[in-house]
Amino acid sequence: MVAHLVRLKLTLLRNGFKRSPWQLVGVILGGLYAIGVLALLISGLFFLSYTEPEMARMVVVLGGSAAFLGWALIPMMATGVDMTLDPARFVTYAVPMRQLLLGLAIGGLVGIPGVVTLVAALGQAAAWWQHPVALVAAVLCAVIATLTCVVLSRVTTSASTTLASSRRFKDLSGVIGIIPLVLLGPIMIGITEGFRSSQDFLPSLAEGLAWSPLGAVWAVPGDLALGNWGAAAARLLIAVAFLAVMAWLWKLSLARALVTPPYNAVSRKAGGKLGWFSRMPGTPAGAVAARALIYWFKDPRYGASLVSIPLIPVAVFFGLSQTGDFTFMLWLGPMIAFLLSFGISADIAYDNTAFALHVSTGVSGRDDRIGRAVACAVIALPATVVLTVLPFVFIGEWHLLAPVSGVALGVLLTGLGLSSVVSARYTYNVPLPGESPFKTPPGSTARMMLVQLGGLGVLVLLSLPELVLALIGVFTGDALWGWLALLVGVVLGAVLLVVGIVLGGRWYDRRAPELLQAVAKNK
Amino acid sequence: MSSHPSQPPAQQPDDQNPGQPPVPAGGAQAPAPAYGAQAPVPALAVRGLAKRFGEKIAVNGVNLDVPAGSFYGLVGPNGAGKTTSLSMATGLLRPDYGQVWVHGVDVWAEPLKAKRLMGVLPDGVRLFDRLTGEQLVTYAGLLRGMDRETVAARVPDLLRAMDLANDAGTLVVDYSAGMTKKIALATALIHAPKLLVLDEPFEAVDPVSAANIRDILHDYVASGGTVIVSSHVMDLVQRMCDHVAVIAGGNVLAAGTVDEVRAGASLEERFVQLVGGRTQAEGLEWLRTS
Repeated sequence: MVAHLVRLKLTLLRNGFKRSPWQLVGVILGGLYAIGVLALLISGLFFLSYTEPEMARMVVVLGGSAAFLGWALIPMMATGVDMTLDPARFVTYAVPMRQLLLGLAIGGLVGIPGVVTLVAALGQAAAWWQHPVALVAAVLCAVIATLTCVVLSRVTTSASTTLASSRRFKDLSGVIGIIPLVLLGPIMIGITEGFRSSQDFLPSLAEGLAWSPLGAVWAVPGDLALGNWGAAAARLLIAVAFLAVMAWLWKLSLARALVTPPYNAVSRKAGGKLGWFSRMPGTPAGAVAARALIYWFKDPRYGASLVSIPLIPVAVFFGLSQTGDFTFMLWLGPMIAFLLSFGISADIAYDNTAFALHVSTGVSGRDDRIGRAVACAVIALPATVVLTVLPFVFIGEWHLLAPVSGVALGVLLTGLGLSSVVSARYTYNVPLPGESPFKTPPGSTARMMLVQLGGLGVLVLLSLPELVLALIGVFTGDALWGWLALLVGVVLGAVLLVVGIVLGGRWYDRRAPELLQAVAKNK
Repeated sequence: MSSHPSQPPAQQPDDQNPGQPPVPAGGAQAPAPAYGAQAPVPALAVRGLAKRFGEKIAVNGVNLDVPAGSFYGLVGPNGAGKTTSLSMATGLLRPDYGQVWVHGVDVWAEPLKAKRLMGVLPDGVRLFDRLTGEQLVTYAGLLRGMDRETVAARVPDLLRAMDLANDAGTLVVDYSAGMTKKIALATALIHAPKLLVLDEPFEAVDPVSAANIRDILHDYVASGGTVIVSSHVMDLVQRMCDHVAVIAGGNVLAAGTVDEVRAGASLEERFVQLVGGRTQAEGLEWLRTS
């Protein structure tokens, strides 16, 4: 039975590749990256063995605790990172609980994250080759630690899936989850500040973690190398007890999941509120715009980028606080303009097969393109204007407002035009409707990067005129160049927007059924 | 495939009499549809339709005439090519070969004009499910270019008819499977099309709603509309439809009025005869519990 489950996981993985060669490319790239990281890690650990055992112990404890945290939190945040062996799918089969648990645990190791963790955990033994007892213990601890990782991730995901069976919670967590991600920079800066202010911050952190379930197992080999036999035994006990408790919790939640299918309570609501549909013109283009706007606010995949608008300035501010020079903040407007306007370049991929409604109703390409661009502009234009002007309020340098807003508006309009063409032609897999915005369909990354980088390159080329004029304006300080940049940005951008809509519309009209086929592949 | 007509069938000067005998079965190339000046133009005419997905030939030269004003059933086992054929007939999937006319309009030459005549309920596609039911039907109407007042007047009628009035403001993502089917049907009806193409419209729909929907469809046919439904529930098709085509393995095996096709037997018996694949019940000796 255990072998069956592992083989099932392998088959699922292999069949995934068959659907698209891009997926295979993505997995190979991911695998190569993982091998590179592993090589670095293990050689680093090997060199650690020449330092004091205390040093090696601290590094292993910190790294190991981080791995535990990662396994516990990442799958929970990106609900269903890997639900291929979702326990709910085994409800109808009478698999004995112990075998199901063991099979799912080992199945969880199949795949890049599992293999990397196992190899890295075994690799930490390299740090202890000068202490034979510690070396043996390190291998044993690696097995315990890897098992704990898998079980830990299963416990946290099954706990969160119980909550996540409510759609509202799922939507909300998807949108809120972006906040720590965008603010990762400031958080890291805060931590490094902490390091700098106190010399023994890391050692004391490691010492604390070593007595917690997160770090205990990782500290055992180090203790043995240092000759602390008692502490090693105590920590091993903590680690084994932690694994046992987690396994027991997992078993409980699995037993519960197998008999209670998820249920979603919904309150019925009568109609009468058409929302954006009554605010937009009653034309096909107006309807597309209204629909897209509703999605910007109601679909977490769009909502996440909406939430990040106010966060990006914060992140950039902290990024610059190291240097103390904030003039770069003046270019926030163009940055937001790019992010938002190019964000709709995958709009049809986000529709997925719901796009069939556009095909069967025979919406013209022009109306479809205009609607989506207008919806994006309703949000992106005010955001760009506010974030262009706001830094000047704090920093001054008002004479640069004309060139910067020229670039911002130029990039916004050009980006909308470019997106109108790209989304009618180059599709790539995106998270499905209802899925977490963080979920990346396996292997779609390669094609996505290609389309996005290509798009960025073309966008820079297309907005080169206003960019060059603005830079001349900034460096010469001559106001005339700045005003020229504003004029060129708005006029050229508007022309490119119209061209993009016409061109993308024509492409759409010719290829709408093929587009539907392309997005339908992502299921 | 070069012999296919490039003009709508209605304009063909030939004077053959169509539709009287059941359309010859099989994947053989039927002659191009040809209708006299007085003969009615079929609501849907399909000639030599074929589609291949990689190695698999999903549809292998389908010919079909759906007379205007008929209630037409399309039956076939799972994987017979029903959905693929209907997707190609409604402009959602480009055929490799063959042509399709809706009331004489070539679907793949003048897609926008043809789509205006059709209401489509595709099977297995998502809906814009972050809209409320009311918004979704409104959206479908506005996408068709209808004016806001007409849409606003028709949406409550449709929601009432589908028994969804109390859930009009609920997001479609929170609908049950049957409610989702019904709201999708409403989006296909909003523009009062001349031809309705419904792929598995009764799947997951409760019996009361199904009966209501059948009444709506019968009224629609009585007033001159044409309905094509695909299903694998033979009983339902036999009771509901006046014409039927049996599809299996990407070919039309038989087509005509229900009475012609079933030839005295029940539709289900005739279907099993045509499609084959019945296994003897002795196969599972060990399944007997006593």
